[in-house]
Amino acid sequence: MSTEVGISLTVNGERVSRRVEARRHLIDFLRLDLGLMGSHAGCEHGVCGACTVRVNGLIVRGCLVLAASLDGDTVETIEGASDSGEIRDLQDAFVARNACQCGYCTPGMLLTAAELLRENAEAGSVPSRDAIREHLSGNYCRCTGYHAIVDAVEAVAKARTASSGAGKP
Amino acid sequence: MKAGSFRYERAYTLAEVFRLRREVDGDAQFLAGGQSLLASLAFRLSEPNLIIDISRIPELKGISVLPDAYLRVGALTTHRELAAHPDVRRHAPLLAEAVPLIAHAAIRNRGTIGGSLAFADAAAELPACCVALGARIIAAGPGGERTIPAASFFTGLFATAMAEDELIRAVEFPCAAPGDRGTIVELTRRSGDYAMAGLAVWAQHAASGAQTPRLVYFGVGTGPVAAAEAARALGPAPWTAQKVKAAQALLDRDLDPPADQHGGPEMKRHLARVLLARAVGKLGAEPGARAA
Repeated sequence: MSTEVGISLTVNGERVSRRVEARRHLIDFLRLDLGLMGSHAGCEHGVCGACTVRVNGLIVRGCLVLAASLDGDTVETIEGASDSGEIRDLQDAFVARNACQCGYCTPGMLLTAAELLRENAEAGSVPSRDAIREHLSGNYCRCTGYHAIVDAVEAVAKARTASSGAGKP
Repeated sequence: MKAGSFRYERAYTLAEVFRLRREVDGDAQFLAGGQSLLASLAFRLSEPNLIIDISRIPELKGISVLPDAYLRVGALTTHRELAAHPDVRRHAPLLAEAVPLIAHAAIRNRGTIGGSLAFADAAAELPACCVALGARIIAAGPGGERTIPAASFFTGLFATAMAEDELIRAVEFPCAAPGDRGTIVELTRRSGDYAMAGLAVWAQHAASGAQTPRLVYFGVGTGPVAAAEAARALGPAPWTAQKVKAAQALLDRDLDPPADQHGGPEMKRHLARVLLARAVGKLGAEPGARAA
């Protein structure tokens, strides 16, 4: 019996069809089959958050998703979010505040923070530092640079609110 | 940390699930959100021959209010959907309060209520909430459906009353009546980690007045543990400091916590007492999970 599965999905806006081993998780699929090295495999059992990517618009742990189960789905990685310019301000803030040290956790941190910022923008609110810490609590930074990361996310939350407020009549 | 080799089949109907399950040579596992299953595959704690993906079966989806005043939650409802759904917030507010305590956003986006209950981790929040709320679990198998009360569903460590070829179709919660209230508290090393100890409380309010609450602990046994003696000592609200103290003392009779990586039985007993006071404090100080 075959342990391979045929899948077709959209990755960063491009249609992709591949045969994958059933046991292959999404991060290995992205890195090894598609050559998208921005998503990082850390603990590979759902604890560290380094492998955070989006499936159908929501962040997930890439190591806790089988590639085989994603037929017809939409995946976005840090490469896609970078190229679209969607998180440009967040990336700039990470650089400005030295919030990426070794960089291993950074793609996961960025996509996790982006979801919090989007949800708050939809609700018309600015997340508190506690809320930012809580939302990022599933993402480890082994350089332990959490303070700078929270600073960067908070700065972007405030800046986006200010600019959206300024644009209102 | 790579899973062993297995076959994968996607089912689109329950009938297909049971056919695949019947024909498999060896072990099969059902894949819903996969948020516990994939970790156990990575550790090779689970080494099935076949993964049956049930995540696209319409019969396992949806949230509705039933004519007999139960809130029916489809097994594939994600934690994210559970917390956001207006019917859940209104009729089973304890569930909405519990969701932010479950793991982290990325896991809540994919993990399901059915998966959580079927996996039956002793430290998980939703099993305890189901027992506290007096839920009924609708299990589907090749022979049809049956209803299992939450109180008798969890039979031990990672064990449930379901047979190997059964799965959870839905979970049904009695709709909260006006005045019913509850809360959930837990202690974790890192926010979102499995609890060292936790407590779900649900107190109903009948025509005769406030009722004795259900106290259901998690992370202190082999599954959800109802603390009946402590609950009796606590009695109906209002809960005075004296009653809380009496209930705390009786927890030793209700709980027999095994040691785990967090600590020994004495530490767990201590945490259980702390949680009781915190839960009562929370219910006193704020509305908590109050029914609309």
